[in-house]
Amino acid sequence: MSNANFVTLFPVIIGLSVVLFALGVIGVLTRRNAIIIFMSVELMLNAANLAFIAFARSFNQIDGQVFVFFVMVVAAAEVAVGLALIVAVFRTRQSINVDDINQLKG
Amino acid sequence: MLNLEIIIFAVLALIAVVAAVLMITTRNAVHSALFLVVVMSTLAVFFLGLWAPFVAMVQVTVYAGAIMVLFLFVIMLLGAEKIGARLGRSWQVPVAIGLALVVLGLGVFLLLNTAPIEVVDLPAEEIMLGSAEAIGAALYSQWLFPFEAVSILLLVAMIGAVVMTRHEGKKKSA
Repeated sequence: MSNANFVTLFPVIIGLSVVLFALGVIGVLTRRNAIIIFMSVELMLNAANLAFIAFARSFNQIDGQVFVFFVMVVAAAEVAVGLALIVAVFRTRQSINVDDINQLKG
Repeated sequence: MLNLEIIIFAVLALIAVVAAVLMITTRNAVHSALFLVVVMSTLAVFFLGLWAPFVAMVQVTVYAGAIMVLFLFVIMLLGAEKIGARLGRSWQVPVAIGLALVVLGLGVFLLLNTAPIEVVDLPAEEIMLGSAEAIGAALYSQWLFPFEAVSILLLVAMIGAVVMTRHEGKKKSA
């Protein structure tokens, strides 16, 4: 987008990032399905990514985009391990409600 | 001054917020995952508009593609569409919304209290467009050590996932 449009849209973009992050917080705090909690965490990571890209654009630096790349890699690793954990917990407890998962002993 | 670009991105922002609200409120986990795909796709369009075409493509292929397919796969594997659909204890929801409003208020406060950004008009050859070439050059020069570190992190995550989901029944029968 052009510079004039970017200056106009910048508060909208950062505002969108803040709103998505807050919605992710609500999701993590209120839902009890472990998979949906996980998806809310992904939503928060995405909101942070959007802010990174917007600031990278405003400073004309590529480092912000490289950092988003790293965030995506860490998110992928986190999803692989997290979903494996959820599957393992479901096998032993027959539930992925986080209120039912309240002891370390399997 | 409203022009097409501003209208498009404002509408996309609205779609992203609505899809995110539906994602955290819908009862069915599969619908939740699909709404998250909508949010990620709109963010990919934002990335394209913000001079980050490579990150936009990675967003579509890795996030909206691979990660969400993994989510849907696990949801359907466990038959978890309805499991845990109920919310937490009744006092938790208003407290959670209050805390989220604090986060939101802090963000809006910071947004309103910082000076408006200044963007200088750069000649075309000085624009740092996030192409695959530019990202690759940055990754393999300035960011080489973090790049190698996350490659090890991915390997560890992969081994961890395999170890954790391995069938333990085999050990007992042997």
